[in-house]
Amino acid sequence: MEEIKIGVYVCHCGVNIAATVDVEEVARYAGTLSGVVLSRDYVFMCSDPGQGLIRKDIKEYDLNRVIVASCSPRLHELTFRRVCESAGLNRYLFEMVNIREQCSWTNEDKEANTEKAKALVDAAVRRVHYQEALEVKEAPYNTDTLIVGGGIAGIQAALEIANSEHKAYLVEREPSIGGHMIQLDKTFPTLDCSQCILTPKMSEVGSHPYIELLAYSEVEEVSGYVGNFKVRIRKKARHVDENKCTGCGVCMQKCPYTTDSEFEVGLAKRKAAYIPFPQAVPNVATVDPDICIYIKSEGKKCGACIKFCEAGAITAETLLHQTDEIIEVEVGSIILATGFSLMDPKLIPQYGYGEYENVITGLEFERIVSPTGPTGGKIQLKDGHEPESVAIVHCVGSRDKNYHEYCSRICCMYALKQAHYIKEELPNTDVYQLYIDMRSFGDGYEEFYERLCEEGVNFVRGKVAKVTDQAISDEEKEKLIVVAEDTLLGRMIRIPVDMVILCNAVEPQADAGGVASRFTVNQKATGFFLERHPKLDPVATPTEGVFVAGCCQSPKDIPDTVAQASAAAARILAMISKGRIILEAAVSVIDEEKCSGCKICLSLCPFSAISYDEEKGVCQINEALCKGCGVCAGACPSAAITARQFTNEEIVAQVEGVLV
Amino acid sequence: MEVLSPYKEATDVILEAGGEPLKLCYQCGLCTGICPWNLVRSFVVRRIMHEAQLGATDFGSEDVWTCVTCGACVQRCPRGVEIIDVMRAIRRAVASLGIGVVPDALRISAKNIAGVGNPLGEAPEKRDDWAKDLKVKIFASGTEILYFPCCVPSYDPDVKTVARSTATIFNKLGIDYGLIGTEAKCCGESIRKAGYEDTFQSLAQNNINLFTSKGVKTVVVSSPHCYHTFKNEYPELGGKFEVIHITQYLASLIEQGKLKLSKKINKKVIYSDPCYLGRHNGVYDEPRRVLQSIPGLELIEFPDAREDALCCGGGGGRIWMDTPKGERFSDIRVEQALEKGADTIAVACPYCFLNYRDSVLTLGKSEVIEVKDISEIVAEAMTEE
Repeated sequence: MEEIKIGVYVCHCGVNIAATVDVEEVARYAGTLSGVVLSRDYVFMCSDPGQGLIRKDIKEYDLNRVIVASCSPRLHELTFRRVCESAGLNRYLFEMVNIREQCSWTNEDKEANTEKAKALVDAAVRRVHYQEALEVKEAPYNTDTLIVGGGIAGIQAALEIANSEHKAYLVEREPSIGGHMIQLDKTFPTLDCSQCILTPKMSEVGSHPYIELLAYSEVEEVSGYVGNFKVRIRKKARHVDENKCTGCGVCMQKCPYTTDSEFEVGLAKRKAAYIPFPQAVPNVATVDPDICIYIKSEGKKCGACIKFCEAGAITAETLLHQTDEIIEVEVGSIILATGFSLMDPKLIPQYGYGEYENVITGLEFERIVSPTGPTGGKIQLKDGHEPESVAIVHCVGSRDKNYHEYCSRICCMYALKQAHYIKEELPNTDVYQLYIDMRSFGDGYEEFYERLCEEGVNFVRGKVAKVTDQAISDEEKEKLIVVAEDTLLGRMIRIPVDMVILCNAVEPQADAGGVASRFTVNQKATGFFLERHPKLDPVATPTEGVFVAGCCQSPKDIPDTVAQASAAAARILAMISKGRIILEAAVSVIDEEKCSGCKICLSLCPFSAISYDEEKGVCQINEALCKGCGVCAGACPSAAITARQFTNEEIVAQVEGVLV
Repeated sequence: MEVLSPYKEATDVILEAGGEPLKLCYQCGLCTGICPWNLVRSFVVRRIMHEAQLGATDFGSEDVWTCVTCGACVQRCPRGVEIIDVMRAIRRAVASLGIGVVPDALRISAKNIAGVGNPLGEAPEKRDDWAKDLKVKIFASGTEILYFPCCVPSYDPDVKTVARSTATIFNKLGIDYGLIGTEAKCCGESIRKAGYEDTFQSLAQNNINLFTSKGVKTVVVSSPHCYHTFKNEYPELGGKFEVIHITQYLASLIEQGKLKLSKKINKKVIYSDPCYLGRHNGVYDEPRRVLQSIPGLELIEFPDAREDALCCGGGGGRIWMDTPKGERFSDIRVEQALEKGADTIAVACPYCFLNYRDSVLTLGKSEVIEVKDISEIVAEAMTEE
């Protein structure tokens, strides 16, 4: 057997380890252990000179095992593995010992910590005697990408990828792409017309040779692994022949049946046969089977759209017999850009939403103000009159332990924007902002706040206690009264207004949980999708190949959403450019001779990586899907499974090192 | 006004007395906005939090004693600040450390509680006199239920009808219950909120030892204040009993078919949620179920009911303090009740009973509206055997 030559490196990590562990002593001790040829301590092992030490020693001393005792492997295992590889040593002959998170950072007792560090290093030294070189395998990387969600995040990501002449599938569950951004009138702080800046991108998506747009569709199942995902998509039946529909809208005109328009946030109606808004992409009609009387009566009633459709896109056949289509695609990467929802303000009954008709949400106001909206852009109360005064209430359900503890980030700014809408159209209308803090953090945002002060908006610092119609004076009669403490004055204030706009909290989509499990991503406690690292890796997820962009990861404005979408696209283009994925080799393998085919392992595998071969009567592990967790190896009654790098010998050796 | 300098020592005193929650306050002002005091005068709850944060608390101010601990602010506070605990900590600093002066009325009640175990200053031996002619036994080991009426129904000549009605109901149903006897002391809930922590600890120990030594497993109470402290504060001091409010007990008896109510009570009854039953302990439905089981009774709701119910003004020790006319919450409640067309205000708390009774009297409305405890109404409606 080959002589084992181990190099041990004990890192100071500045003072992170050295303050509470006697690193020199640990290094000295390591040098006395069997198989250790050299043992060093150094101030920052992960730095260039630190890495250089390892490289030099491997060559000079012909080391065939390297141990670094420093921080968590989650941080630098890959770094050091690469160092070993660059010096010609197989990366699986490297072992990392965590004497920081699990030792030096746990308490201040230097003596105890040093003893522990010595034990841990001893364990590693014994272990590496049993380590074997493992072959690193590669798999090809599928250059197609799946983007889930057709709001600004999904649209931006799709265009970035498609413009590099790689294919992107854009799946959107609504009949048209555009998300929430297409519902807005203007965007802060520039006051660009939202539809004007978005529709060109939507149009580009709709006609891009490298984008396959699957609107009115949802992803049903995802399997596979980074570089090689298989996705099953359900394309819902529009009951309209998409290829023939010209988007002329006659069906919509003639359809006699209505329901609440999702696009108009319930402020207007749409027809059973409808195009959600004039600039929809794709510009084709959809027939809602829940409302369409022809469909519900199985062809006996109505049928107006069939009569009037000149393109022959709506027929009895499409209405009665068109079914959902299942589409299976293969992609290498996935971006989740599923956006956000808004909290129902009825959960805070004190604000009167649902009770008083002129208490509305910010999004509803955005539709009122939009030229294409239910009032043609006229700011008016439900009875058609112009409001003489408006209160905009911040933090409705945000920054509130009773609902959502987090800040929804966009409301302070859109509250200012909406105040501007009012002041522009109705200069004599009083606008009151009821806020706790003014969060105008972005580029041009503070200047926008100043602008609104100049426009004469009143700012009252106080979280609104309630909105009531119970007047206690003549001025309050027939008004909605906003009750709060003006904290800067230290006095109670009652502001009589005609309209109250609530900045209700941004929330994850209602089905975020289901989507998360479908794509094997996690949710944070808030319900938004979990990124790999909040500071250094905000668009990747712990699941390789699956990325997040936009509000589905956390509330954010359009600039940040677009930046994240481009970032996710860039990460994917980097993988596509590399063209191959390296598979982790420390996975489990089944010895088919020992396997009895009991399938216990198959039922336990959390990654669905094990399959049963009927012919051979044994189980097999897909090395690409296997994460090396070892559950199968532990459960196998025949000891037929080897968890590479975690064999019984290796683990027993570690235990000996710690206990002896 | 001279320039303020933060005075950390004062903040530390408050923190040590139980005021840690004040650190979380981000000064949004919702507490002030929702506090019932601001219906009748100015009481800036938020400023009290901030003054405490900087050690600028005016320990000699009246406002130290204003809070009725109704819980409206705590319920809505977006940071989850236990504002009542902060108020209590400031009061504790005054009452226990002598940093300021305790209002006379409160001081006297505290002296009475510490001295003779009840705020009215009555003789302990007379605690069970309300039951003299009613055949009520003393709790012994094996008795199923301890009935703990609260000092007010025990001693107050008007409110003792609550205890008597309850005993009457129990006797008619043959419930196996008893009184703990004259060694009982005040439950201590309100005196603790008033800052007299040591007094509370001593009262609690007395009661816990008494109950435990007699083998008490289940306590039925008439006062939501007793309910609150027995249920939420006594366990960590070693007192673990099942605690039931009389309205919950009656509701379950009705549900089991054991309590039959067949005498018609043709009244328009408006129910006032007590703060310590409703907001503090989530009991809203059982009292209503009891009232709705009474034939002929029309149950009306206040415009702000359940979680939004307006306090009667009796909590936090203020039941023992004087509130000037024009600042009494119970006056507002009586006006609301009259506006709703009620002829009876149904209460489930002895403090509410006292306050509404006083308001009806001083507003001159005794001819048009009366105040009745739920136990009284039930006793009236009980089927004759």
